[in-house]
Amino acid sequence: MPDGGDAVLDVRGLKTVFRTRGGEVHAVNSVSFHLKKGELLGVVGESGSGKSVTMMSLIGLLPSPPADVRAGTVMLGNRDLLKISPDELRDVRGAKIGFVFQDPMTSLNPVFTVGSQIMEPLIRHLGLTKDQARSRAIDLLELVGISDAANRLQSFPHQYSGGMRQRVMIAIALSCDPDVLIADEPTTALDVTIQAQILELVKGLRQKLGMAIIWITHDLGVIAGIADRVMVMYGGQVVEQAPVKELFAHPQHPYTRALLKTIPSLTGTRAARLQVIEGQPPIMMAEPASCPFCDRCAHVFDRCRRENPVRRGIDTRPVGYGHDVACHWTPEAAVA
Amino acid sequence: MLVFTLRRLLVAIPTLLVISLVIFLLVDFAPGSPMSEIPLTVPPDVRQKMIAALGADQPVLVRYVLWLRQFFWVEPATLFDGIFGTHLAGNEQRILSWQSRSPVFSIIGQRMPQTLTVIGTAYLVGILIALPIGIYSAYRQYSWFDQLGTLFAMIGFSVPTFFSGTLFIIVFAVWFGWFPTKYDTTLHVTDWASFLKQLKQMAMPVMTLGLANAATISRYMRSSMLENMGQDYVRTARAKGMTERTVVLKHVLRNSLIPVVTVIALGIPSIFGGAIITENLFGVNGIGAALIGAIHANDLPMVQTLAFIFAVLIVTFNLIADVLYGFLDPRIRYD
Ligand SMILES: Nc1ncnc2c1ncn2[C@@H]1O[C@H](COP(=O)(O)OP(=O)(O)OP(=O)(O)O)[C@@H](O)[C@H]1O
Ligand SMILES: [Mg+2]
Repeated sequence: MPDGGDAVLDVRGLKTVFRTRGGEVHAVNSVSFHLKKGELLGVVGESGSGKSVTMMSLIGLLPSPPADVRAGTVMLGNRDLLKISPDELRDVRGAKIGFVFQDPMTSLNPVFTVGSQIMEPLIRHLGLTKDQARSRAIDLLELVGISDAANRLQSFPHQYSGGMRQRVMIAIALSCDPDVLIADEPTTALDVTIQAQILELVKGLRQKLGMAIIWITHDLGVIAGIADRVMVMYGGQVVEQAPVKELFAHPQHPYTRALLKTIPSLTGTRAARLQVIEGQPPIMMAEPASCPFCDRCAHVFDRCRRENPVRRGIDTRPVGYGHDVACHWTPEAAVA
Repeated sequence: MLVFTLRRLLVAIPTLLVISLVIFLLVDFAPGSPMSEIPLTVPPDVRQKMIAALGADQPVLVRYVLWLRQFFWVEPATLFDGIFGTHLAGNEQRILSWQSRSPVFSIIGQRMPQTLTVIGTAYLVGILIALPIGIYSAYRQYSWFDQLGTLFAMIGFSVPTFFSGTLFIIVFAVWFGWFPTKYDTTLHVTDWASFLKQLKQMAMPVMTLGLANAATISRYMRSSMLENMGQDYVRTARAKGMTERTVVLKHVLRNSLIPVVTVIALGIPSIFGGAIITENLFGVNGIGAALIGAIHANDLPMVQTLAFIFAVLIVTFNLIADVLYGFLDPRIRYD
């Protein structure tokens, strides 16, 4: 694909810090990525790597204080979401960008009916009347695979199972036909069979509706199944980014390689122990002057501690559009 | 819900019977006789007859059963007769005050309106002040408004009503002369002028009690709002692009009100109980004042009856609070 003139979402140099009593926590450091029309971008990284904070920064969902989105541009079409007014941003949230959160058990308001919660954004963004919104809510529930939708609209969230609630969350996120759907670990809280059902649902919806999706997960197995491209995050920055097949075939960053080794293999005959990455992810109290992964890296050398590596392309395409990595070390150099 | 309510009502009956027995016996143990207000010049045999006429010479259990019967049958029947002109109660003896020799319920009927207007208004005013303060303090936690609200609540909590009431009297009645120091029970609101007069004489007792009520309720409201403000569903509402107004005043408030409404309902019996200190301070001749007067005069039937009425109200409003809870929170179903 050409150089992303067709990106629906283009994020550059995003920085988010939290002001805490102990000082500033640099949760997101110069994160850049884009999302093409209809594309599914997988985002992986262990807990605390800044995945959620990055995505919530885009649409102003972080409470401020303590959060401060300090730098960057977030272009949605030709508008910079970090520059527009809070009112304009509210018109974007839920209309142009839908968000699905991790825990469906707590993400719906317990005292309102499911129907009213689906209808809210329809009335707010699309200006529908109550009756119009209700009939569209029925369509949406059917779209996400909930049968007897007209009656289920009357139910309260606690009368739904976890999987069904996540379907409702997806229905809400998709209600106004957004350009982008951000799903922040939408299946982590669900059991395995329900996870698979939700994945199938999203795959189907994507074909039907054609929105671009950002899918955050810990599970590289899920990524392999649905993503077009993968972005690996560590310590609040993007450490590697590549088309999904490329990443699985030629992982560059030691962290990515370690992550890939942690996937339990179903086909493998070996009973080898699941590998874990030793050590803890860092909490950044300052903008990192070294590679954030250096303390846990098997290939660390002195440059890693002096200089935080910038992303470099490892094929001919520009950074962000082909395969790139933020690492001083190269696997080839190790072989040579 | 209906089944739950009926079941709770059935359970309330033995509860109230036990409470009534305890109240009756405890008060009965108190020293004092129905004749303590009668001059010593009355000869002993006349005294004896007077005591017998009041039924006070019977054994305690007989008196208890008689009192219960009067409380649950004679008095309601008399009330019914009074309204519909029937003759259900016949000539049966009502509960009589030892002090005034008139029926206890007639005295309560005379006193209740003062208490309800003054203390009830104070409660209402307290709620109306407290809710907005609580909501906004939580929404802008640690802002100067919140700090001010906290200070206000601390004052309301810690300053006893006899102090704040006296202070109000000194400032608003003595210095400024805005309000009368004494509440005039005989005032009847018939026109605009008398209505203004009533407002003026209510102002200080209402302020005194309203401040104390508002302090408590605003704290409940604030902490309940804060608890809900951090919930995931609030983030969902924001992610849907809802305005702050909708997020706070619909999503958060609707959840936060559940415990607050319960607390408010549980506080209502205290209105009927009157506020003994405030009523005394401002000369509001209400239930609180009646209770104090009865205790001083050894008027045991009056004390027993009032205490039991409070018990009935407390049990009733507990039940109402439970039912309200189930009504407001769809997750709770009593069946
Ligand atoms: N309210 C906050 N105050 C201070 N620091 C915060 C706050 N929220 C997040 N952080 C910091 O931001 C970092 C990134 O958190 P984030 O939630 O984005 O991680 P994540 O990659 O989504 O992890 P997970 O997989 O567990 O969801 C964390 O390490 C944490 O230190
Ligand atoms: Mg997260």
